[in-house]
Amino acid sequence: MTDALAVAGVALRESVRRRVFAVVVVLTAAFGALYWWGASQLFQDTSGFGANRFGIDATALAGATLLGLAMFGTLFLGVVLAVFLTLGAVRGDAESGLLQPLIVRPLGRRQYLAGRFAGAASVSAAYVAVVYAGAVLVTGLVGGWWPDQVLGAGVRLVAAVVVVAALSLLGSVFLSATANGIAVLMVFGAGLLAGLLGSIGDALSSHTLQRLADTAAWVLPFEALYRDALRVLVANVTGVTGAIVQLGPLGGSHDAGPLLAPWTIAYVLGVATLTSVAFARRDL
Amino acid sequence: MDAALAVTGLSKRYGATDALRGIDLEVAPGELVGLLGPNGAGKSTLVKIACGLVRPTSGEARICGAPAGSPAARGALGYLAELFRFPGWASADEILALHQRLARSGGGAAERAELLELVGLGGEAARRVETMSKGMQQRLGIAQALVGRPALLLLDEPTSALDPTGRRTVRSLLEELRRRGQAVLLNTHLLSEVEHVCDRVAIIDRGALVAAGRPGDLSGISGVEIETASGIRRFPGATRDDVPELVARLVGEGERIYDVRVVRPTLEDAYLAAVAP
Repeated sequence: MTDALAVAGVALRESVRRRVFAVVVVLTAAFGALYWWGASQLFQDTSGFGANRFGIDATALAGATLLGLAMFGTLFLGVVLAVFLTLGAVRGDAESGLLQPLIVRPLGRRQYLAGRFAGAASVSAAYVAVVYAGAVLVTGLVGGWWPDQVLGAGVRLVAAVVVVAALSLLGSVFLSATANGIAVLMVFGAGLLAGLLGSIGDALSSHTLQRLADTAAWVLPFEALYRDALRVLVANVTGVTGAIVQLGPLGGSHDAGPLLAPWTIAYVLGVATLTSVAFARRDL
Repeated sequence: MDAALAVTGLSKRYGATDALRGIDLEVAPGELVGLLGPNGAGKSTLVKIACGLVRPTSGEARICGAPAGSPAARGALGYLAELFRFPGWASADEILALHQRLARSGGGAAERAELLELVGLGGEAARRVETMSKGMQQRLGIAQALVGRPALLLLDEPTSALDPTGRRTVRSLLEELRRRGQAVLLNTHLLSEVEHVCDRVAIIDRGALVAAGRPGDLSGISGVEIETASGIRRFPGATRDDVPELVARLVGEGERIYDVRVVRPTLEDAYLAAVAP
């Protein structure tokens, strides 16, 4: 365990020394400032709507839409961070000669993987949690709209980025760093696209599209977690407003059911096992 | 006492290519063995199997009695890869501290300072790897392999990036390791290095062990050449002890002797003969 922590510590120190975190903090601050400005403008514009004959709650509509978009942005940035921290963990580092001196030490391959996963997952999860909390605060303070289940949505978002970190680590056993980075980001995009198609399928009552989205959600549970996070985020928005915000940005909300949490845990453990077995069999 | 390295019937196949074909090799505790062979002969594959980086197709390698790749085996060895890199952002001291932690070495700052001094990097502890020359990085790699005083060192081309001064430093270091009783398997192309410091030599060609023995024995004595008035007379297989008798015989035959040479082929000759196509 201490060996895994040592490996995680190396990955984190590298990110600090390479100023990865500095860049992330600066860009995230810029994202936060833009979000604050956009939210102020939007809530200002919608404040004059008042009650209307369609029964739309303008504040809830603006708040839920904005926060839904912020969640997508947060997840995307968290995924980029998770992928960056893991994309070359095995094959990439082996090709550059970084891996061999470490792996011949008594820590072994499984501990090495555990360290890399712990480092990437904890950093990207913490990042997602902080940025998400910031977006919730800005939306609440600027517009006076607070989501129903702040914690539930945040936990799902964090779990989604952990799933991506696990997948990226698995990919690093088989692919070079560049190929793995591209592959994982394409898989992430494909998952979101499937969610979007699912929303269209819901609107058009297309069973084929719905089945496609459901299958993608189980194969790539970060997608199901993201859409379920959107669902719990707007659970207290009812009526016409609720119907509109349920469509949500980039995929819309979707109830993944009670099996999502156990499936996500089993999925991450399965991916971790597969990564460990594949790495154990790999000649370096 | 278990051998530092015991390799038995070791084979490795990559697709249709046999990288190793039934290699048997032993390195005794405290022994310094040179591993020679042309490019692609299988030397690095053998070293990687011993480290647990590559799985053998058949046969086995044991480090101090433990199967290669097991935690006990990994704990008993130090390894310098042919192609390796340390994180450029880390200092020499940080690299060694990390490896001390992973190797469970309790040597602390004193061991780190000693190792850096040993490889000629004393005073460079705070220097970042990315500001080091290739030769300095190679020296740091050797220091890293020595962390925790391993019973067996597997050094894959340790002098490939070094200048003549650096090579001499490594040669002195190898002699120091022998004095300390640490076994070394030295994979190199530099025959002079092997000839000077190694107790034994193993020559591998196309995955098979083609010659093994002490450098002097491998070189052998090929004969005696005597220059006479009628030309050079060669006596293959003759030794230094045969010289007086040969000279007396030739003088007795009326020859005039101008020069006598005991011909000793170098390790290079023995190597080229062993790996000839």
